[in-house]
Amino acid sequence: MLWIAQRASAAVLAICVTVHLATIIYAVQGGLGAAEILARTRGNSGWLAFYTVFVLAVAVHAPIGLRSICIEWLGWRGRSRDVVLALFAALLAWMGMRAAIGVFA
Amino acid sequence: MKVFVKRDSGFQEFEVPRHPSQTVLDVVTYIQRELDPALAYRYACRVGMCGSCAMTVNGVPRWTCRTHVDKVVRDDALEIAPLKNLPVIRDLVTDMREFFDKWARAKGQFAGERTRRDDFHKVKPSSSDRVQVDSNIECIGCGVCYAACDVVAWNPDYLGPAALNRAWTLAKDERDSLKAERLRAVAGDAGCHSCHTHMSCTERCPKHLSPTAGIAGLKREITKAVVRGKF
Repeated sequence: MLWIAQRASAAVLAICVTVHLATIIYAVQGGLGAAEILARTRGNSGWLAFYTVFVLAVAVHAPIGLRSICIEWLGWRGRSRDVVLALFAALLAWMGMRAAIGVFA
Repeated sequence: MKVFVKRDSGFQEFEVPRHPSQTVLDVVTYIQRELDPALAYRYACRVGMCGSCAMTVNGVPRWTCRTHVDKVVRDDALEIAPLKNLPVIRDLVTDMREFFDKWARAKGQFAGERTRRDDFHKVKPSSSDRVQVDSNIECIGCGVCYAACDVVAWNPDYLGPAALNRAWTLAKDERDSLKAERLRAVAGDAGCHSCHTHMSCTERCPKHLSPTAGIAGLKREITKAVVRGKF
Protein backbone atom coordinates (compact mmCIF):
# COMPACT_ATOMS: atom_id res chain seq x y z
CA MET A 1 0.00 0.00 0.00
CA LEU A 2 2.88 2.37 0.80
CA TRP A 3 4.35 1.67 -2.61
CA ILE A 4 1.05 2.46 -4.33
CA ALA A 5 0.69 5.63 -2.22
CA GLN A 6 4.17 6.74 -3.22
CA ARG A 7 3.60 6.05 -6.91
CA ALA A 8 0.21 7.79 -6.88
CA SER A 9 1.61 10.82 -5.01
CA ALA A 10 4.54 10.92 -7.46
CA ALA A 11 2.07 11.13 -10.35
CA VAL A 12 0.27 14.03 -8.62
CA LEU A 13 3.61 15.74 -7.89
CA ALA A 14 4.72 15.43 -11.52
CA ILE A 15 1.71 17.55 -12.54
CA CYS A 16 1.93 19.94 -9.56
CA VAL A 17 5.66 20.65 -9.96
CA THR A 18 5.20 21.29 -13.69
CA VAL A 19 2.30 23.71 -13.11
CA HIS A 20 4.19 25.37 -10.21
CA LEU A 21 7.40 25.93 -12.20
CA ALA A 22 5.58 26.99 -15.38
CA THR A 23 3.57 29.51 -13.35
CA ILE A 24 6.70 30.93 -11.72
CA ILE A 25 8.51 31.30 -15.06
CA TYR A 26 5.42 32.90 -16.64
CA ALA A 27 4.67 35.19 -13.69
CA VAL A 28 8.19 36.58 -13.06
CA GLN A 29 8.60 37.88 -16.58
CA GLY A 30 8.84 41.62 -16.24
CA GLY A 31 9.48 41.41 -12.48
CA LEU A 32 7.32 40.29 -9.61
CA GLY A 33 6.87 41.58 -6.06
CA ALA A 34 5.28 40.15 -2.93
CA ALA A 35 2.30 42.46 -3.30
CA GLU A 36 1.65 41.22 -6.84
CA ILE A 37 1.80 37.58 -5.72
CA LEU A 38 -0.62 38.22 -2.87
CA ALA A 39 -2.94 40.12 -5.21
CA ARG A 40 -3.26 36.98 -7.33
CA THR A 41 -3.50 34.41 -4.54
CA ARG A 42 -5.61 36.16 -1.89
CA GLY A 43 -9.13 34.84 -1.98
CA ASN A 44 -8.32 32.63 -4.95
CA SER A 45 -9.74 29.25 -3.92
CA GLY A 46 -8.40 27.64 -7.11
CA TRP A 47 -4.78 28.26 -6.06
CA LEU A 48 -5.59 27.24 -2.50
CA ALA A 49 -7.01 23.93 -3.77
CA PHE A 50 -4.01 23.40 -6.06
CA TYR A 51 -1.44 24.00 -3.31
CA THR A 52 -3.43 21.92 -0.81
CA VAL A 53 -3.18 18.95 -3.17
CA PHE A 54 0.51 19.75 -3.76
CA VAL A 55 1.31 19.90 -0.03
CA LEU A 56 -0.59 16.71 0.80
CA ALA A 57 1.14 14.84 -2.03
CA VAL A 58 4.52 15.97 -0.66
CA ALA A 59 3.52 14.92 2.87
CA VAL A 60 2.65 11.44 1.57
CA HIS A 61 5.56 11.04 -0.86
CA ALA A 62 8.60 12.27 1.07
CA PRO A 63 8.29 10.18 4.26
CA ILE A 64 7.80 6.94 2.27
CA GLY A 65 11.00 7.65 0.35
CA LEU A 66 12.80 8.48 3.60
CA ARG A 67 11.56 5.18 5.01
CA SER A 68 13.57 3.27 2.38
CA ILE A 69 16.62 5.43 3.07
CA CYS A 70 16.26 4.68 6.81
CA ILE A 71 16.28 0.93 6.07
CA GLU A 72 19.06 0.90 3.50
CA TRP A 73 21.46 3.52 4.85
CA LEU A 74 20.83 3.41 8.59
CA GLY A 75 19.32 -0.05 9.12
CA TRP A 76 16.60 1.76 11.10
CA ARG A 77 13.37 -0.25 11.32
CA GLY A 78 10.46 -0.65 13.67
CA ARG A 79 8.08 1.60 15.53
CA SER A 80 10.51 4.38 16.43
CA ARG A 81 11.26 5.00 12.74
CA ASP A 82 7.57 4.95 11.79
CA VAL A 83 6.68 7.40 14.58
CA VAL A 84 9.44 9.83 13.51
CA LEU A 85 8.36 9.57 9.85
CA ALA A 86 4.70 10.13 10.78
CA LEU A 87 5.76 13.25 12.70
CA PHE A 88 7.84 14.36 9.70
CA ALA A 89 4.79 13.88 7.43
CA ALA A 90 2.72 15.97 9.85
CA LEU A 91 5.43 18.66 9.92
CA LEU A 92 5.53 18.84 6.10
CA ALA A 93 1.72 19.04 5.93
CA TRP A 94 1.57 21.72 8.65
CA MET A 95 4.34 23.88 7.16
CA GLY A 96 2.98 23.53 3.64
CA MET A 97 -0.62 24.26 4.58
CA ARG A 98 0.51 27.23 6.69
CA ALA A 99 2.16 28.70 3.58
CA ALA A 100 -0.79 27.89 1.30
CA ILE A 101 -3.31 29.42 3.71
CA GLY A 102 -0.94 32.32 4.42
CA VAL A 103 -1.05 33.57 0.83
CA PHE A 104 -4.80 32.86 0.54
CA ALA A 105 -6.11 34.56 3.68
CA MET B 1 49.96 -12.65 -16.45
CA LYS B 2 49.57 -11.76 -12.79
CA VAL B 3 46.50 -13.19 -11.07
CA PHE B 4 45.38 -11.90 -7.70
CA VAL B 5 43.17 -14.47 -6.00
CA LYS B 6 41.15 -13.72 -2.87
CA ARG B 7 42.10 -16.17 -0.14
CA ASP B 8 40.88 -16.23 3.44
CA SER B 9 44.00 -14.29 4.41
CA GLY B 10 43.71 -11.64 1.65
CA PHE B 11 44.68 -11.42 -2.02
CA GLN B 12 47.45 -13.81 -3.11
CA GLU B 13 49.44 -13.22 -6.29
CA PHE B 14 50.10 -15.99 -8.84
CA GLU B 15 51.92 -15.98 -12.19
CA VAL B 16 49.87 -17.85 -14.80
CA PRO B 17 50.85 -18.46 -18.48
CA ARG B 18 48.48 -17.09 -21.16
CA HIS B 19 46.94 -19.37 -23.79
CA PRO B 20 44.63 -18.76 -26.75
CA SER B 21 40.91 -19.00 -25.86
CA GLN B 22 41.81 -19.33 -22.18
CA THR B 23 38.90 -18.87 -19.78
CA VAL B 24 39.06 -17.49 -16.26
CA LEU B 25 38.03 -20.94 -15.02
CA ASP B 26 41.08 -22.36 -16.85
CA VAL B 27 43.21 -19.87 -14.92
CA VAL B 28 41.75 -20.86 -11.54
CA THR B 29 42.09 -24.56 -12.41
CA TYR B 30 45.75 -24.02 -13.42
CA ILE B 31 46.46 -22.36 -10.07
CA GLN B 32 44.81 -25.18 -8.14
CA ARG B 33 46.47 -27.98 -10.12
CA GLU B 34 49.93 -26.50 -10.66
CA LEU B 35 50.58 -23.85 -8.03
CA ASP B 36 48.46 -24.32 -4.91
CA PRO B 37 46.33 -27.47 -4.45
CA ALA B 38 44.76 -25.93 -1.34
CA LEU B 39 42.84 -23.33 -3.39
CA ALA B 40 39.09 -23.91 -2.97
CA TYR B 41 36.73 -23.10 -5.84
CA ARG B 42 33.57 -24.56 -7.31
CA TYR B 43 32.66 -25.68 -10.82
CA ALA B 44 30.93 -28.55 -12.57
CA CYS B 45 29.97 -28.40 -16.24
CA ARG B 46 32.61 -25.95 -17.64
CA VAL B 47 30.24 -25.01 -20.49
CA GLY B 48 27.78 -22.48 -19.03
CA MET B 49 24.99 -24.85 -18.12
CA CYS B 50 25.27 -25.40 -14.37
CA GLY B 51 26.08 -21.88 -13.13
CA SER B 52 28.28 -23.11 -10.27
CA CYS B 53 31.56 -21.39 -11.29
CA ALA B 54 30.37 -17.80 -10.81
CA MET B 55 32.97 -15.52 -9.21
CA THR B 56 33.89 -11.85 -9.10
CA VAL B 57 36.36 -11.14 -11.91
CA ASN B 58 37.93 -7.67 -11.84
CA GLY B 59 35.05 -6.52 -9.65
CA VAL B 60 32.28 -7.92 -11.87
CA PRO B 61 30.26 -11.09 -11.14
CA ARG B 62 30.61 -13.55 -14.02
CA TRP B 63 30.56 -17.19 -14.99
CA THR B 64 34.28 -17.91 -15.09
CA CYS B 65 33.79 -20.77 -17.58
CA ARG B 66 32.24 -18.44 -20.14
CA THR B 67 34.60 -15.53 -19.60
CA HIS B 68 37.64 -15.40 -21.87
CA VAL B 69 40.74 -13.94 -20.25
CA ASP B 70 41.25 -11.78 -23.37
CA LYS B 71 37.96 -10.01 -22.69
CA VAL B 72 38.60 -9.07 -19.05
CA VAL B 73 42.37 -8.89 -18.50
CA ARG B 74 43.67 -5.40 -17.62
CA ASP B 75 47.38 -4.54 -17.75
CA ASP B 76 48.15 -8.26 -18.00
CA ALA B 77 46.50 -8.82 -14.60
CA LEU B 78 43.31 -10.40 -13.25
CA GLU B 79 41.64 -10.11 -9.87
CA ILE B 80 39.46 -13.07 -8.87
CA ALA B 81 37.26 -13.06 -5.76
CA PRO B 82 34.18 -14.93 -4.53
CA LEU B 83 30.68 -13.65 -5.37
CA LYS B 84 29.60 -10.64 -3.29
CA ASN B 85 26.57 -10.59 -0.97
CA LEU B 86 27.14 -14.23 0.05
CA PRO B 87 29.07 -15.66 3.01
CA VAL B 88 32.42 -17.19 1.99
CA ILE B 89 33.05 -20.80 2.98
CA ARG B 90 36.67 -20.76 1.83
CA ASP B 91 38.67 -18.86 -0.79
CA LEU B 92 36.39 -18.60 -3.86
CA VAL B 93 33.56 -20.80 -2.56
CA THR B 94 30.43 -19.08 -1.28
CA ASP B 95 27.64 -20.44 0.86
CA MET B 96 24.52 -20.38 -1.34
CA ARG B 97 22.07 -21.47 1.38
CA GLU B 98 20.66 -18.00 2.11
CA PHE B 99 20.33 -17.39 -1.63
CA PHE B 100 18.16 -20.50 -2.09
CA ASP B 101 16.35 -20.08 1.24
CA LYS B 102 15.11 -16.80 -0.21
CA TRP B 103 13.65 -18.67 -3.20
CA ALA B 104 11.66 -20.70 -0.64
CA ARG B 105 10.65 -17.50 1.21
CA ALA B 106 9.44 -16.08 -2.12
CA LYS B 107 7.22 -19.19 -2.42
CA GLY B 108 9.33 -20.38 -5.33
CA GLN B 109 7.82 -23.86 -5.22
CA PHE B 110 5.34 -24.82 -7.91
CA ALA B 111 1.92 -25.57 -6.40
CA GLY B 112 -0.17 -27.61 -8.81
CA GLU B 113 -3.68 -28.91 -8.24
CA ARG B 114 -3.73 -31.91 -10.56
CA THR B 115 -2.76 -35.41 -9.54
CA ARG B 116 -0.99 -38.12 -11.50
CA ARG B 117 -4.43 -39.47 -12.44
CA ASP B 118 -5.38 -36.25 -14.23
CA ASP B 119 -4.51 -35.43 -17.80
CA PHE B 120 -1.59 -33.10 -18.57
CA HIS B 121 -2.35 -29.41 -18.32
CA LYS B 122 -1.60 -28.04 -21.75
CA VAL B 123 -0.17 -24.49 -21.72
CA LYS B 124 -0.47 -22.71 -25.03
CA PRO B 125 3.00 -21.35 -25.94
CA SER B 126 1.32 -18.33 -27.51
CA SER B 127 -0.75 -17.45 -24.42
CA SER B 128 -0.05 -13.97 -23.02
CA ASP B 129 1.09 -15.19 -19.59
CA ARG B 130 3.44 -17.77 -21.08
CA VAL B 131 4.97 -15.28 -23.51
CA GLN B 132 5.69 -12.82 -20.66
CA VAL B 133 7.94 -15.33 -18.87
CA ASP B 134 9.42 -16.89 -21.98
CA SER B 135 12.98 -15.84 -21.13
CA ASN B 136 12.66 -15.62 -17.32
CA ILE B 137 12.07 -19.38 -16.97
CA GLU B 138 15.58 -19.97 -18.31
CA CYS B 139 17.20 -18.89 -15.00
CA ILE B 140 19.58 -21.57 -13.66
CA GLY B 141 20.15 -19.97 -10.23
CA CYS B 142 23.85 -19.12 -10.55
CA GLY B 143 23.65 -16.17 -8.14
CA VAL B 144 25.34 -13.61 -10.42
CA CYS B 145 22.33 -11.26 -10.26
CA TYR B 146 22.22 -11.59 -6.45
CA ALA B 147 25.91 -10.67 -6.21
CA ALA B 148 25.40 -7.70 -8.55
CA CYS B 149 22.39 -6.29 -6.66
CA ASP B 150 22.95 -3.12 -4.59
CA VAL B 151 19.68 -3.58 -2.71
CA VAL B 152 20.80 -7.00 -1.41
CA ALA B 153 23.98 -5.31 -0.13
CA TRP B 154 21.99 -2.57 1.63
CA ASN B 155 19.08 -4.65 2.89
CA PRO B 156 20.08 -8.24 3.76
CA ASP B 157 16.41 -9.28 4.04
CA TYR B 158 15.77 -8.40 0.38
CA LEU B 159 14.82 -11.56 -1.50
CA GLY B 160 16.96 -10.62 -4.49
CA PRO B 161 16.48 -10.72 -8.27
CA ALA B 162 16.65 -14.49 -8.77
CA ALA B 163 14.06 -15.40 -6.12
CA LEU B 164 11.73 -12.64 -7.34
CA ASN B 165 12.26 -13.75 -10.94
CA ARG B 166 11.24 -17.26 -9.90
CA ALA B 167 8.12 -15.90 -8.17
CA TRP B 168 7.28 -13.96 -11.34
CA THR B 169 7.46 -17.08 -13.53
CA LEU B 170 5.08 -18.86 -11.12
CA ALA B 171 2.76 -15.84 -10.90
CA LYS B 172 2.33 -16.16 -14.66
CA ASP B 173 2.05 -19.97 -14.62
CA GLU B 174 -1.59 -20.79 -15.31
CA ARG B 175 -1.19 -24.24 -13.67
CA ASP B 176 -0.08 -22.77 -10.35
CA SER B 177 -2.62 -22.33 -7.55
CA LEU B 178 -0.70 -20.18 -5.06
CA LYS B 179 -1.35 -16.76 -6.59
CA ALA B 180 -2.34 -14.36 -3.76
CA GLU B 181 -0.22 -16.11 -1.14
CA ARG B 182 2.88 -15.81 -3.29
CA LEU B 183 2.18 -12.16 -4.12
CA ARG B 184 1.97 -11.46 -0.37
CA ALA B 185 5.31 -13.25 0.12
CA VAL B 186 7.08 -11.08 -2.45
CA ALA B 187 5.54 -7.70 -1.47
CA GLY B 188 6.92 -5.18 0.98
CA ASP B 189 10.37 -4.28 2.33
CA ALA B 190 11.98 -7.66 1.64
CA GLY B 191 10.25 -8.07 -1.70
CA CYS B 192 9.78 -6.49 -5.09
CA HIS B 193 8.84 -3.06 -3.71
CA SER B 194 12.39 -2.52 -2.47
CA CYS B 195 13.83 -2.84 -5.99
CA HIS B 196 15.41 0.44 -7.13
CA THR B 197 15.40 -0.62 -10.79
CA HIS B 198 19.16 -0.09 -11.03
CA MET B 199 19.10 -3.07 -13.42
CA SER B 200 22.49 -4.42 -12.31
CA CYS B 201 20.91 -7.90 -12.32
CA THR B 202 19.81 -7.48 -15.93
CA GLU B 203 23.18 -5.97 -16.88
CA ARG B 204 25.14 -8.88 -15.38
CA CYS B 205 22.89 -11.89 -16.06
CA PRO B 206 25.06 -14.29 -18.11
CA LYS B 207 21.92 -15.56 -19.85
CA HIS B 208 20.78 -12.03 -20.73
CA LEU B 209 17.54 -12.43 -18.80
CA SER B 210 15.77 -9.49 -17.20
CA PRO B 211 14.88 -10.08 -13.55
CA THR B 212 14.09 -6.34 -13.46
CA ALA B 213 11.21 -6.91 -15.88
CA GLY B 214 9.96 -9.74 -13.68
CA ILE B 215 10.15 -7.57 -10.56
CA ALA B 216 8.25 -4.78 -12.35
CA GLY B 217 5.70 -7.43 -13.38
CA LEU B 218 5.26 -8.50 -9.75
CA LYS B 219 4.64 -4.85 -8.76
CA ARG B 220 1.94 -4.65 -11.45
CA GLU B 221 0.34 -7.93 -10.36
CA ILE B 222 0.28 -6.83 -6.70
CA THR B 223 -1.23 -3.45 -7.60
CA LYS B 224 -3.92 -5.21 -9.66
CA ALA B 225 -4.61 -7.62 -6.79
CA VAL B 226 -4.95 -4.70 -4.33
CA VAL B 227 -7.34 -2.88 -6.66
CA ARG B 228 -9.45 -6.05 -7.07
CA GLY B 229 -9.42 -6.67 -3.31
CA LYS B 230 -7.64 -10.02 -3.76
CA PHE B 231 -4.47 -9.18 -1.87
